Amino acid sequence: MGTGVSVDWKILMREIDVKIITENIKEMCISVNHRLSDDMEEAMRGAAKKESCGRGREVLDILCKNLEVAGQEQIPICQDTGMAVVFLETGQDVHLTGGDLTEAVNEGVRQGYEEGYLRKSVVSDPVIRDNTGDNTPAVIHTEIVPGDRVKITLAPKGFGSENMSRIHMLKPADGIEGIKEAVLRTVKEAGPNACPPFVVGVGIGGDFEKCAILAKKALLRKVGEKNADRPEYVGALERELLEEINKTGIGPAGLGGDTTALGVNIEVFPTHIAGLPVAVSICCHVNRHETRVL
Amino acid sequence: MQTVFIMKKRLEVPFDREELIKLKAGDTVVLSGTLLVARDAAHKRFFEALQKGEELPVSLDGDTIYYMGPTPARPGKVTGSAGPTTAGRMDKYTPRLLDMGLCAMIGKGRRSEEVCEAMVRNKAVYFAAVGGAGAYLSKCITASEVVAYEDLGPEAVRRLTVEDFPVIVVADAAGGRLY
Ligand code: SF4
Repeated sequence: MGTGVSVDWKILMREIDVKIITENIKEMCISVNHRLSDDMEEAMRGAAKKESCGRGREVLDILCKNLEVAGQEQIPICQDTGMAVVFLETGQDVHLTGGDLTEAVNEGVRQGYEEGYLRKSVVSDPVIRDNTGDNTPAVIHTEIVPGDRVKITLAPKGFGSENMSRIHMLKPADGIEGIKEAVLRTVKEAGPNACPPFVVGVGIGGDFEKCAILAKKALLRKVGEKNADRPEYVGALERELLEEINKTGIGPAGLGGDTTALGVNIEVFPTHIAGLPVAVSICCHVNRHETRVL
Repeated sequence: MQTVFIMKKRLEVPFDREELIKLKAGDTVVLSGTLLVARDAAHKRFFEALQKGEELPVSLDGDTIYYMGPTPARPGKVTGSAGPTTAGRMDKYTPRLLDMGLCAMIGKGRRSEEVCEAMVRNKAVYFAAVGGAGAYLSKCITASEVVAYEDLGPEAVRRLTVEDFPVIVVADAAGGRLY
């Protein structure tokens, strides 16, 4: 205590009490389950206007009404309020104080799911299957980044769609045609099980787990938003895949129509000379996420 | 609450078997009356009880199971969000329940061949409710009561009273299928 070193740390590091993280996670758990982001809501309303199949339009109208009821009456948009997935980007100049970070995140989830009347959908062991009773633990992805901020993204995931997500370890020779085929096959298999219209997150490259995280993160990008940093082919592939997916005829709720997906978001990463990993994260129309920067 | 399905029939639940077998895949129906609610964990318990030769805590004969696990009701409310869950996860347990007289199911998504065969054998019907419309559908529920396995929390067996609950026939009693 009181050494020169600790004084230097204090100057360099921004201190953030983990209780602030708990509080923010709690609030986000409640808000994301009652209201979708503006881009998602607009995409749904736009689709309801454009859908050419009568049955599909009826379903989209129900889904738009559902969003209204959820917001006005504070009833969760969907009864599957998900497993909490948390992306934490922590600046390397931040000193987190006041307790264990993982516990702070889980405490936020615990409080949010209790106070928000959200469903507790997590079991303590995949085989024994006792409900933990508070929707913890969350799935937490932590990344250390430059700077002195903490970026928290909460994206609860329902398992009707999570169960239909897939990883395909393609060969380099499969190329872009192989990627298209893998995404389309995954979407067709998901069909009515995963609550279409979907947002399809695709991760290409990296390795087995990296492509899965890329696919999940792709869901966080606004539907229809371009990402300037990506190689040129990505935008064209997103458009083409969206078109192909909407030609399958699966439609809203799988009852037929031309709105099977609202968006396809692709993220890419360098990979090994021998591989072409492709992960497809299927998300239902209840694509919930919120980001806050501390 | 006004339902949106246009070409709809109105039916009572529990079903009149005569009416039930007239339904065709693709028909939209609004249901009023009472339903049972059960999902994964309750089905597993039903199945284990039957394997041990025990009685089930509720009779399924002539009844309808809605595959659903609601969010907790806010104070003063009947239920929380209450949309369908994926039916295929119940497939392993379903043929046995159909053979015991279960006559209709409400969920979302595809069923196995074994379930479809058992449905035809028992003249049962599988309906879909709109997945991800839990807030909207909760407005068609006028009463909800836990009737078994309370310890399962969101997966407990419930008895619901519904009014104009909108569903669509995915698989009919004659083997016709929408998907
Ligand atoms: S897949 Fe999505 S919309 Fe469907 S039940 Fe699960 S969370 Fe809800």
